[in-house]
Amino acid sequence: MSISRPIPIPSTPLIRRAAAFQAALRRPDYRGLYLPAALVVLWSLATYFGWVDTRILVSPLETLKTAWHLLISKMLWVSLGYSLARDASGFLAGSIIGLLLGTLLGTSRLADRLISPTFHAFKQIAVFAWIPLIAVWFGLGEPAKIAFIALVVFPPVLLNTFDGIRSVSRDYIEVARAFEFSTLQQSLRVILPAALPQIFTGLRLGLIYAWLATIGAEYFLKAAPGVGNILIDGREKFLMDQVITGVAVVAAVGYVFHYLTARLEKRLLSWRTRTDVP
Amino acid sequence: MNAQATQLALGSPTLSPVRTWIVPRWIGQSFAVTARTLFLPLLILGLWQLTSWRGWIAPQILPAPTIVWATFVELIRSGDTPTNLLISLERVGWGFLAGGSIGLVFGILMAQFPSFRAYVYPSFTIFTQVPALGWIPLLMMFVGIGEALKIIIIAKAAMVPVAINTFQGIRNIPENHFEVASVFRLTRLQVVHKVILPAALPSIFTGLRYGLTHAWLALVTVELLASSEGIGFQMVWGRQLFQLDVVIASILVIGIVGLSIDLVFSLIESRLLRWRRAAF
Repeated sequence: MSISRPIPIPSTPLIRRAAAFQAALRRPDYRGLYLPAALVVLWSLATYFGWVDTRILVSPLETLKTAWHLLISKMLWVSLGYSLARDASGFLAGSIIGLLLGTLLGTSRLADRLISPTFHAFKQIAVFAWIPLIAVWFGLGEPAKIAFIALVVFPPVLLNTFDGIRSVSRDYIEVARAFEFSTLQQSLRVILPAALPQIFTGLRLGLIYAWLATIGAEYFLKAAPGVGNILIDGREKFLMDQVITGVAVVAAVGYVFHYLTARLEKRLLSWRTRTDVP
Repeated sequence: MNAQATQLALGSPTLSPVRTWIVPRWIGQSFAVTARTLFLPLLILGLWQLTSWRGWIAPQILPAPTIVWATFVELIRSGDTPTNLLISLERVGWGFLAGGSIGLVFGILMAQFPSFRAYVYPSFTIFTQVPALGWIPLLMMFVGIGEALKIIIIAKAAMVPVAINTFQGIRNIPENHFEVASVFRLTRLQVVHKVILPAALPSIFTGLRYGLTHAWLALVTVELLASSEGIGFQMVWGRQLFQLDVVIASILVIGIVGLSIDLVFSLIESRLLRWRRAAF
């Protein structure tokens, strides 16, 4: 066996272009910062020279100050805690329903034929349309909010669980039959791993929707401590800085969910990348 | 189902028994499909009617289906629902038109000009990450709770999926399509017309479809929040008067419109993209 030597890379125009492209990828791109920076400058100028009513549009500095005060205050974190707890319970309830129903529809043709058409029609109803009904059925308290979040979470989880299970290759099942797997073994060793990526996609979507639904529930189902309440409160008192801070917190939490679930997905499903390269 | 179809197509090797169908086969099949589609709705409806007959649930909490149906018909006959629906549809129309065209232009620009993308894409991502409900309180302070707020929110909801799908649709066009175009010395306009548009159309269509669905969703949201007319308002009004039959009838209308939007779009889609099927 010969010792592997690095192969000299020939220098053709295409390879040089590819190298330049790679270098460009590695270099951080600051161009994306110009637009937000310009907006902030415009915002500062507008408030400084009084082009806008400063009672409505406060200056960026003032907003930062308020944001800082909110960040070190207990109020924001307590609100965030309430919202996240609500989010988690709604997500849990919705995803359990979605997983169970999705599994049922995925494994049973009969259930699929009986339930799916109704489900697809049901899905077409804009979710917020349920709010008035939920308010009457569950009141305006915590159960109503959790019910609403669950209602938003379960369709994507159901759909993806269903798709995941349905896309398990027949060959796998045949192999499992050949090895005389029990039903439990077949579900745990064959169907679950094969359907898991798609199920995970559903759960991920569900989590992101759950956060939107949490804010929506706090918005429509009246006052309870929560991040949504910071927004409503700020709007009612015309505290623009508080509203902006609230919006930033909502967006940041959404982004954190997005990021964490993407990382988790990568880690949990890393065994997969060996078999199917996109 | 599938195996059966292939077998039919190939012709079964063995002698098939002569079947005497009293009713044509397709009628039997479509009857079966209809029956199983309607099974669950009818079951729910039956249970619902039963609970109200037996008085298990107070009518203030769940009015009987017959009452809901009567209200539904009455609301349509009196012109309340059509008027409100028309107002809502008009809002969605304007919002979707504005948001859809902005999204289309935006998607094309981002796909065609790398430097434009470099400047704008990060901000765009942040913009899309903040949900409509986050923008509503901010916008309310700027534009009030009038028509402008609704149109802007609907436009934003429609714009995001259109922009993203247009962008990705164009970016996913294989490089060699453009190489062929340059071999044929197509002008820039021709490239857009003959290469980009046909290749990216399915994706753009998906974007438009999602855009309209999201626009409808956003409409219901803003109308629930702040409006004095429209289908969302009709629902709020019903709730305030504790007339759940009005609420449920409105939900029905919202669902029907949502379903029609989806149906119409899939119909247009399969018609416009029919040429694609011939290739496969």
